Amino acid sequence: MPRGHHDIGGLPGGGPIDQTEHVLSDWEILADAVNQALGEKGIKRTDEMRRAREEMDSEVYRSLTYYERWIASMETILIEKKILTRQEIDSKLAEFEKKWGEP
Amino acid sequence: MGRAVSPGGARFKPGDCVRVRNDDRPGHIRTPYYIRGKVGRVERVYGEFLNPESLAFGGDGLPVRALYLVAFNQGDVWGAAQGPKDKVLVDIYEHWLDAEK
Repeated sequence: MPRGHHDIGGLPGGGPIDQTEHVLSDWEILADAVNQALGEKGIKRTDEMRRAREEMDSEVYRSLTYYERWIASMETILIEKKILTRQEIDSKLAEFEKKWGEP
Repeated sequence: MGRAVSPGGARFKPGDCVRVRNDDRPGHIRTPYYIRGKVGRVERVYGEFLNPESLAFGGDGLPVRALYLVAFNQGDVWGAAQGPKDKVLVDIYEHWLDAEK
């Protein structure tokens, strides 16, 4: 089994880590808030979220930013626990896009 | 979240020499790839915690597992060119450790 796409410590070629503080977008703060709310309500555990991100398609995982991965793992867990369906998420998304335009 | 290690609950104590298991299996694993198979020394026993490998799949995390802070020589992990006095410190669950003479 090759190492997971998340487990890259010590791999050469990663370059230096950008340690400068960066401003979070509103949607990133919201993603964090939803994540915390799901935890408070006992709907998900941190370990489940990590597992969901580890199970993602590697190419997709690498193409997403930090909070995009968080959102994807929240969707996975909510669908897994039958709280939402893929269809419900997609149709809501389509509704928002119609209202506010393509992100 | 963690709880104190019950008497006899932790197999290792600070100073013990341990080798990280070289297991490679599917699932959710908290032991980083780069540290597997390496030999280090137990620095600290944190206590007992629910097993994340079980929690990750909606399990109850039982039985609890002792969690250790383990110190490795940089050279042993990354190669001889690294600072000889520097250590790599990693949190590792007991079921990933074997006693090393």
